[in-house]
Amino acid sequence: MGQRTPLYDWHLALGAKMVDFGGWDMPLHYGSQVEEHHQVRADCGVFDVSHMTVIDVDGPAATRCLQYLLANDVARLGSTGKALYSTLLNEQGGVVDDLIVYRTEAGYRLVANAATRAKVVAWLQAHSAGYEVNVTPRPELAIIAIQGPRARDKVAELVSWSRAALIRELQPFEGVAEGDWFIARTGYTGEDGLEIILPAEQAPVFFNDLVGAGIAPSGLGARDTLRLEAGMNLYGQDIDEQHTPQTSNLGWCIAWQPAEREFIGRSALLNEIEHGVQEKLVGLVLEERGVLRAHQVVRVAGIGEGEITSGSFSPTLSKSIALARVPMATGERAEVEIRGKWYPVRVVKPTFVRHGKILI
Amino acid sequence: MSNIPAELRFAESHEWARLEADGTVTVGISDHAQEALGDVVFVELAEVGKVFAAGDAAGVVESVKAASDIYAPVSGEVIAVNEALADSPESLNDSPYESWIFKLKPTNAAELDKLLDAAGYKAAIGE
Repeated sequence: MGQRTPLYDWHLALGAKMVDFGGWDMPLHYGSQVEEHHQVRADCGVFDVSHMTVIDVDGPAATRCLQYLLANDVARLGSTGKALYSTLLNEQGGVVDDLIVYRTEAGYRLVANAATRAKVVAWLQAHSAGYEVNVTPRPELAIIAIQGPRARDKVAELVSWSRAALIRELQPFEGVAEGDWFIARTGYTGEDGLEIILPAEQAPVFFNDLVGAGIAPSGLGARDTLRLEAGMNLYGQDIDEQHTPQTSNLGWCIAWQPAEREFIGRSALLNEIEHGVQEKLVGLVLEERGVLRAHQVVRVAGIGEGEITSGSFSPTLSKSIALARVPMATGERAEVEIRGKWYPVRVVKPTFVRHGKILI
Repeated sequence: MSNIPAELRFAESHEWARLEADGTVTVGISDHAQEALGDVVFVELAEVGKVFAAGDAAGVVESVKAASDIYAPVSGEVIAVNEALADSPESLNDSPYESWIFKLKPTNAAELDKLLDAAGYKAAIGE
């Protein structure tokens, strides 16, 4: 038996098909993954993501410590409520985890992956040892994500006046505490929406209110196809300790300035640039019928080979798409081997869909 | 509980088989199988004229989740494939017993008797 979120019984009651995800029993879908996907793009859906890891970092040296630990620079968070996405790197520049950092009143709140929980907590504790900081995992908190173009409006109707006001005011990539809730305008679907971190014991009532208001409960299956269409990496598939952000379409979240900021992995990344970054993470679109899957081989004529890191059927495009790590010189065309046959694919920027719009 | 029509035969690999009046065998996947697969988004069909032994992989059903082989429940030659599945693979979810995948001319119709009947299949899937 895996670990359970506070909403486990509610998922069963809603008829969810449960699967193991990183040691957690999580809902894959509640009937149709594809319908849940469309519902989020067109209106909104609610996801239980309480398996994710919430860690608070505070203390007098919190900023300096995170500036050393993260490839992105928390000093860019100008005021309480601002958030940024970052990778946590090892000395070789490999990605230990990817996470969102919110600047809070007391310090910082990190939301990292579920499957990496033990590793990340140990990593933060070990590498913050020389700093005057407190690293506090918050397993007593649940996270409910409400995603889609109508998510904020619908949630605002169900919560207190002050929370509704906050939800209307929040800008993208902001997160603010309101009482014992932490309300953030972030997500993993490519749509507008919220991620609400709240005490576990309050999660069932809130989740019930959301579902009762007609917001479709949506599983990890839809979450995966939504994030893939949005070109967002999944830790363990598209990014891992063997690959740097520069070969993972994450160069944009390495903060090189100020130049004197030393962070773990910096010299390895600079070394990689000096020798020439060899690979890149791209999007693939299969024009023929079929389904691209992780680990299929990508062949680029005259250049070399690569590999699909995530692949699935895109409900929005009605064709198969993938993320793939390929040689840097790869142009606009490639081929993928599916069951012994080679299929032509189009190589695109790995953002297929954002805010309901097809971008490729 | 899944739907298991009494008049069909089933393979343990979750295909259903129906002996037609003309002696051919129509093949699809069970309600239990489509439920386990989730939303079907692509079906790779065998070529007409191919000859399979019972248990040979004779096509692939891809759901959003994964690809699964479909096996020939009896030996025989493929005499027809359901081309309509190219445009509406989801019909395997919506009506698994009306949405056939291929038809075989069986080498030995007696092989059908080796397949599970509805009660046997029900037991095999633990329902």
